[in-house]
Amino acid sequence: MTCLHGRHINPIILAGLDGNNWCIGDYMRRGGYSALKKVLSEKIPPEQIVNELKKSALRGRGGAGFPTGLKWSFMPKSFTGEKYLICNSDEGEPGTFKDRDIMRYNPHSVIEGMAIAAYAMGAKTGYNYVHGEVWDCYERMEVALEEARAAGFVGDNILGSDFSFQLYNHHGYGAYICGEETALLDSLEGKKGMPRFKPPFPASYGLYGKPTTVNNTETLACVPWIVLNGGEKFLSMGRPNSGGTKIFSVCGHVNQPGNYEVPLGTPFAKLLELAGGMRGGKKFKACIPGGSSMPVLPAHIMLATDMDYDSIAKAGSMLGSGGVIIMDETVCMVKALLRLSYFYFEESCGQCTPCREGTGWLYRVVNRIEHGQGKQEDLDLLVNVADNIAGRTICALGDAAALPVKSFITHFREEFEHHIESKQCLVPTYA
Amino acid sequence: MNAPMILSPEALAKIDKATTKYPPGQKRSAVMAALTIAQDEKGWLSTETMDFVAQCLGMPPIAVYEVATFYSMYDLQPVGKYKISLCTNLPCALSGANAAADYLKKKLAIDFNETTGDGQFTLKQGECFGACGDAPVLLVNNKRMCSFMTREKLEKLLAELK
Repeated sequence: MTCLHGRHINPIILAGLDGNNWCIGDYMRRGGYSALKKVLSEKIPPEQIVNELKKSALRGRGGAGFPTGLKWSFMPKSFTGEKYLICNSDEGEPGTFKDRDIMRYNPHSVIEGMAIAAYAMGAKTGYNYVHGEVWDCYERMEVALEEARAAGFVGDNILGSDFSFQLYNHHGYGAYICGEETALLDSLEGKKGMPRFKPPFPASYGLYGKPTTVNNTETLACVPWIVLNGGEKFLSMGRPNSGGTKIFSVCGHVNQPGNYEVPLGTPFAKLLELAGGMRGGKKFKACIPGGSSMPVLPAHIMLATDMDYDSIAKAGSMLGSGGVIIMDETVCMVKALLRLSYFYFEESCGQCTPCREGTGWLYRVVNRIEHGQGKQEDLDLLVNVADNIAGRTICALGDAAALPVKSFITHFREEFEHHIESKQCLVPTYA
Repeated sequence: MNAPMILSPEALAKIDKATTKYPPGQKRSAVMAALTIAQDEKGWLSTETMDFVAQCLGMPPIAVYEVATFYSMYDLQPVGKYKISLCTNLPCALSGANAAADYLKKKLAIDFNETTGDGQFTLKQGECFGACGDAPVLLVNNKRMCSFMTREKLEKLLAELK
């Protein structure tokens, strides 16, 4: 239900959805698959599609924000063997729930986007890796894929062309780390999902050791629109360096939690208004604007910020996956950080010592502060541990554990100090 | 295959079908699907079941154990008829997950990672399901997601499952 409302601004992916119109016929009535038809009937050269993507300034919507066109251009063109395209639908970044809505309400936008991406990169096979906990989305994608196969949009000689693309859904089973693209590849190979050391990057050594590109669900769902309307038009919808619209998942203490697709650069205050404002009229205290791995910001900074990659970076955080967690005045920031620190401790794959040991340290030290056993030197200890994790691990989970700790202490130091000195909380506990 | 058939012919057919998604020689990629199918049928994954899955896919048993122990939705111990996994991560906690946890623990008289004496319910603490807009959320037996779990809805769910 979270995206079935009229409060989007110039939506591309979530436009016109009512929860029931996800089938292939509905999608085609909305103009779906016309981009794929155009590509194949006009025999658009793959490089031209990659260039259009570059012009669009579409950036990876999964969290890293890497320019999509540039990523596609890394795939070796002369390589004649098998190449793979992977859709990363392993959406488990706390605060983020947009790919779930795309998959259940507009699954064909992902399939069409994948087919075009595969054509542009010369990939013959694709996998959509679906988050373990959203079984209904996996089933929905399976049905949609059957529809697309039956209609000739996926499979051999698509629409009578010499382009063939086989696509499959793969269901995860509960590991946050598999959202990291190389952990996802190992998981697809039937192994523990442990991130790989890079280089080599997936474009040269990916799934089964073959050239591979991994893109997020929302990123791929933008592709048909860009092919039909042009990269420049997509770019002009957003801001320079932040093209197009973005689906923000707004959760926490707002009246109407949900997904809101808006042009990049939309003021945060407008997004908060779309989400119905603060629940119960309480005072807005803090916000994590890009999923739990990104730095928290106090309300006054957020309210002066626009929602695009550069503006949020300038404000001291990151746009990340677009998971916007809103906290009101009743939230104890120590308790909030404790829950996040537990999460990273729980989800560390254990491969790199700084992360495996460090996340445990962060959790235990925040835990003792929360429970009135903290010492004054603990705040320096937390920062020290965080500094010794960040940048010293194979993947970004280490940074993801460290960033919240440092930002919570930076912006809400007095709450941590109060916990340590008076052994109690500055704010009333929340339910 | 000389070992006793641990899984039903239906389950084996599903596993065979899952392997067709992957290239020849990469049957191992179907191990997550195979373990899911096996767990759906047996309720949990015993060593015997995992060994059988290993045999089906031509994998060393240790490689199957590695996968089964890595992903949190596989159960390596028997669980109740209904396994309730409640997300308590920050977004869910901001919208009542802790109250939901307290209610379930009290009503079922168990803590997280425990099973009721009658074998009906197991309670687990989950991590982000990617459905924070519906907070608080829980999963019944890994596949059924229940949204906006207020006290009233929890009562209704428990009554339905009893």
